[in-house]
Amino acid sequence: MNLAIAEGEFVSFIGPSGCGKTTLLRLIADLEQPSAGALLVNGMSAGQARLTRAYGYIFQAPALYPWRTIEKNVMLPLEVMGYSHRERRERATRYLALVNLSGFERKFPWQLSGGMQQRASIARALSFDPALLLMDEPFGALDEIVRDHLNEQLLRLWDKTGKTVIFVTHSIPEAIFLSTRIVVMSPRPGRIIDVIECDLPRERTLEIRETAQFVRIAQRVRMGLRSGHSYDE
Amino acid sequence: MVVLALIAIWYCAAVLMNIGLVRDAFEREETGYTTGDLLSGSLAAERPRLPAPHQILATFADDIFGYPLTSGRSLVYHSAVTLSETVLGFALGVVFGIVLATLIVHMRALQKSLLPWIICSQMVPILAVAPIVIVVLGAIGIRGLLPKSIISAYLCFFPVAIGMVKGLSSPDPIQRDLMKTWSATPAQVFWKLRWPAAVPFLFASLKVAVTVSLIGAIVGELPTGAQAGIGARLLAGSYYGQTVQIWAALLAASLLAAGLVGVIDLSERWVGRRMGAQP
Repeated sequence: MNLAIAEGEFVSFIGPSGCGKTTLLRLIADLEQPSAGALLVNGMSAGQARLTRAYGYIFQAPALYPWRTIEKNVMLPLEVMGYSHRERRERATRYLALVNLSGFERKFPWQLSGGMQQRASIARALSFDPALLLMDEPFGALDEIVRDHLNEQLLRLWDKTGKTVIFVTHSIPEAIFLSTRIVVMSPRPGRIIDVIECDLPRERTLEIRETAQFVRIAQRVRMGLRSGHSYDE
Repeated sequence: MVVLALIAIWYCAAVLMNIGLVRDAFEREETGYTTGDLLSGSLAAERPRLPAPHQILATFADDIFGYPLTSGRSLVYHSAVTLSETVLGFALGVVFGIVLATLIVHMRALQKSLLPWIICSQMVPILAVAPIVIVVLGAIGIRGLLPKSIISAYLCFFPVAIGMVKGLSSPDPIQRDLMKTWSATPAQVFWKLRWPAAVPFLFASLKVAVTVSLIGAIVGELPTGAQAGIGARLLAGSYYGQTVQIWAALLAASLLAAGLVGVIDLSERWVGRRMGAQP
């Protein structure tokens, strides 16, 4: 795999289960070690990048700590990183407002729905302002309606904050809707089959999913995935 | 409902167990007796095999309210002594158990080597160990409250240690990974993740530990003839053949145990509310 990702891009990785998309994300996050090859994040090794708190990771499950309120959960990375009490408060309020969860600060995770918990975990990942966001199928466990809603919110968030996002997903429409570039991967061992530049306009609404351009890109992605599968037969 | 059934069974059992004694007593005095005499006699015998509930309650009330609080005959005094031994032993045992669990969770090597020894330590019958502990400590000048607390601590560190090992290793891999992505130090991971995650396990072990600690305190009072405490009361009752006194002391012990567990339960609920437990 040979790939370079520039700042401010939204890159989706799509591929069959077990092809290594999550592993790739974990390698970037320094949660696993590569067996071969070189990986540079912001020009340094993954380990060093982790120590400079260069990224926020969002898992498939919200993984909020159940004994902390939502506000305290969002403040958790800030506590770890040593921000002052006032800064922590202020950032938590700001980012919870950004994900439309104002007013839920004092609630506990079990009092929130799945979609809201996932939004809280996004706020948590954003709270310390990392330049890079690593998202591993964050909306996978949610229903279609909530998913659409969150996709829109995520896009607006990305536009507003200008972060680089690496997004892993199973869903073709989601990948195309959100990204500037789509990387299609083959099944195990994961290789890049195709890299598609998604030239849809930056300002997107959900209606764009019915346009001809969108459908064309979707076809290209689908072909890429199918050709990957044929290796198995 | 259950309580009423138990009390009814108790009364029947008291009659059955004491009726032999009562019949013998009547026959010795060579007076005539009726079944009615036998029944009432068995429920009011002076040295019954199994006292009836009302007898126990009467003696219990007597021992609590009938004597000044600091006298050697007051059950309140003895209960207070045992309570203080229990609480001290509990505190020592809990602290030791938590420290042990923390070490085990953080050091792989200790896990393999310590756990078998901890389990073995609990297999020695406490009734055998207690006199040894008291005698040895007495020889180096430690008497009174501390030796019994040490026996309590010995018994109660085990559930706390085992429970806390489970609790401190309970966080999911995802929660731990999150800490890693934020480059948290091991101390931060301990205080912000492992410790709060272990709290439910801690309370479960504390309830077991407090009852065991009470048992330890009483057992500690038995072997060397202590002068104060519920164990001492049990001994005195058995020396002087005051069976009802023994039962009254046992009632006091159970009430003490229930009270202690109740206190822990209340604390658990209070902490639970602050830590987002689901009602």
